[in-house]
Amino acid sequence: MDTKRELLSLLSTDARESTEDIARQLGVDAATVEELLDELEAEGTVRGYRAVVDWDNTDDQHVAAFVELNVELDRETGYEEIADRIARFAEVESLRLVSGDYDFAIEVTGDSMQDVSRFISNQIAPIPEITQTVTHFIMQTYKEAGIDFGDRDDDDRLSVSP
Amino acid sequence: MTLQPNDRVAGVPESGIRKFFELAEERDDVISLGVGEPDFSTPWAARSAAIHSLEAGRTSYTSNRGMSDLRRLISDYSRRWGHDYDPDTEILVTSGASEAVDLALRTFISPGDTVAIHQPNYISYRPGIQFAGGEPLAVPTSAANDFVLTPEALDAAGASEAELLVLCYPNNPTGAVMTESEIRAVADYCVDNDIDVIADEIYAALTYDGDHTSIASMPGMRERTIVINGFSKAYAMTGLRLGYALGPAAAIGSMNRVHQYTMLSAPTTAQYAAVEALRSCDDAVTEMTAEYNRRRRFVLSRFEEMGLDCFTSRGAFYAFPECGGDDEAFAEDLLKQEGVAVVPGRVFGEGGTGHLRVSYATSMRELKTAMNRIETFCRNR
Repeated sequence: MDTKRELLSLLSTDARESTEDIARQLGVDAATVEELLDELEAEGTVRGYRAVVDWDNTDDQHVAAFVELNVELDRETGYEEIADRIARFAEVESLRLVSGDYDFAIEVTGDSMQDVSRFISNQIAPIPEITQTVTHFIMQTYKEAGIDFGDRDDDDRLSVSP
Repeated sequence: MTLQPNDRVAGVPESGIRKFFELAEERDDVISLGVGEPDFSTPWAARSAAIHSLEAGRTSYTSNRGMSDLRRLISDYSRRWGHDYDPDTEILVTSGASEAVDLALRTFISPGDTVAIHQPNYISYRPGIQFAGGEPLAVPTSAANDFVLTPEALDAAGASEAELLVLCYPNNPTGAVMTESEIRAVADYCVDNDIDVIADEIYAALTYDGDHTSIASMPGMRERTIVINGFSKAYAMTGLRLGYALGPAAAIGSMNRVHQYTMLSAPTTAQYAAVEALRSCDDAVTEMTAEYNRRRRFVLSRFEEMGLDCFTSRGAFYAFPECGGDDEAFAEDLLKQEGVAVVPGRVFGEGGTGHLRVSYATSMRELKTAMNRIETFCRNR
């Protein structure tokens, strides 16, 4: 693996490490890491750095839903145009074109179920190309972004072994 | 007196690691860098296959030599190190690589035989040789020579008279590896002096910055080498106890004679896990190896920053820095003052004194904290 690829694989496991610690792990100096980070960002490979939050452990109300969207295309409007319109809403966490029974899979968040429902019916459903929406409220998250929410990672190995 | 151990058993002292285990167990804020096993769990696909085999009631003995599917997969897997062993006659599946080592020692050592072991080394070889009635011959290696075994060191120790050599690279405790030309030199020495070799290659998959070379792939060595490997380290399967031996048909047949009367067969559930591990867990191994490699670089670079001399280990998951004084006192004080457990190098034999075995089979988060504590400790010392 070249250093840039390895940096990417390290960041996708833990993006919060200091530049110095990343440099030590990759066997290069900190300046090189900064340079590679700039490159990855500039070329659009790394699009951002975010925490994976288990909202159930906060006092906040946090509701999320997966929504299936069916659309009807015409000569003037393609997937890109519709996607662009949907993506602009801050409530839309993710937006993907998928294969199968429906066209777009989006994830929407809000403070309450009512909040999310209202957003779908007032903002998404009325878009002319959208023919159908199916909303799935998320009841429990077990794993997100590769992180198992149930796994507390207890180390049960002997403390010293040959 | 009743139930007195025989001289062979009584002559083997208790492991020096024991004391540190007990010290570390006394408190609960210890970060342990003293662990000789992976911190990862066995890849889920392999665990899942084991569970499925239990649900299906596959809990009988297997063939003495191990399930034939497993032996075939081991034969294929071993090709990556240049091996070509017949699954029917040249492979024996054992209860951990440890059983394979013990079987080899008991099968090939005659009473009074001299068995060369390079030092520092894994702690079980010397007792194993003694239990089998052999005479261990220590061959020192040193940091000055990157803990590599050389014909010169063998010769200086008088190994030309030895019947057997136990070779372990990548090495526990040093993390040293040997290059192809270094292995070739030792191989030539063994051929010239008619020495058989037990090559414990349990860490072969954990080789960084280069490929592992097996001594059995060198000219004239296949017929005089037993290669030992297993699933514990590469596939993070230590508790499942599964290893294997590769060697010429007659030699494996002889080891199987001991195995069939003492162990019957390796644990069946573990064999099912191993089959799946070989079939589908290569990517998991690649990922774990990449992670170890990052930690290795991190640890080596931290030691350099704090001024601890540490040769560049390129295998297994150990670093072996010099502590600049009494290693046992250092390890004991480090544990008491900063709550970091490492193993003093002297436990692993000559050449280990003055060093510490530092295992990086621990999460980056813990490693960072542990390294900071060691740095504080060194500054105050």
